[in-house]
Amino acid sequence: MSTLKQMSANAKTYPLLRDFCLYVDMGRYFHSEIDIKSPWHQVLAAFWRRYPNPYSTHVLTEDVLYREVTPSNHLLSRRLLTKTNRLPGWAEHVFPRHMARAVYVLEDSIVDPHAHTLITKTWNLNHNKLMTVVERCLFEEDRSRPSWTKLSREAWISSAIYGLARPIQEFGLSRFKTNQAKAMKGLEYTLSKIQTETPPHLLGDESSEKHKPLPPQATPTATQKPEQFI
Amino acid sequence: MNSVGEACTELKREYDQCFNSWFSEKFLKGDRSGDPCTETFKKYQRCVQKAIKEKDIPIDGVEFMGPIKDKPES
Repeated sequence: MSTLKQMSANAKTYPLLRDFCLYVDMGRYFHSEIDIKSPWHQVLAAFWRRYPNPYSTHVLTEDVLYREVTPSNHLLSRRLLTKTNRLPGWAEHVFPRHMARAVYVLEDSIVDPHAHTLITKTWNLNHNKLMTVVERCLFEEDRSRPSWTKLSREAWISSAIYGLARPIQEFGLSRFKTNQAKAMKGLEYTLSKIQTETPPHLLGDESSEKHKPLPPQATPTATQKPEQFI
Repeated sequence: MNSVGEACTELKREYDQCFNSWFSEKFLKGDRSGDPCTETFKKYQRCVQKAIKEKDIPIDGVEFMGPIKDKPES
């Protein structure tokens, strides 16, 4: 934990996207932009509470390992998730021992309560030679529409297996797209729960004069672009 | 949601409830009066860190916000 404390001093310098290009020398890239029809403070509450949900049966455990409020009032967190490692049939044949262990995933995040942003970085701690997936998300309040939140999601998927890197990466990208759709459904489900739990007058959106909870809707604003990284 | 340490799930729930309350009602509203969840967090962490060691989960020394140098080892 002392390592994390030292490093949290650098938390203001968010890693640039290109930092991940240094070691992901080949792979697939994913990017999507989504508008969520819920205010930022509710999206964040849902972010912490989203497990379990009907779409997250592949997530087995969830633990908070670290939390800190920095002198600049940013909230740093680290969560450990374990997920099932579902591979396609042909890969199970080739990599039987990988099936025996779940995937350990770390999710680090920084909440800026002034700028109304949440940045998350998620990656797997094991099975890295088979495949490494790094995901970066930015949730930010839509300044032009404060009852909406913008989500920008990026992922880098790479494999170091000689001779099978491309099919593994393709599988990884395909599974990532499925999982991010589930993740959005899970977030929406949790947002619904929060909004039906909260009495209308306490929904807390200063700009809203409505008394009915807003049903959360996620509207993709741009097509996902799986670009070849090389 | 279960903890990775089976014995820790109840402690985790207690901490999560405390945190979720504090996060929405204090932290996001600019109230800096301090973290009421420190004790529950400590109890929960004692349990979960033990489970992590027992299961050999490789979290030691992992840089915050991800590795930025070499490729992660398998």
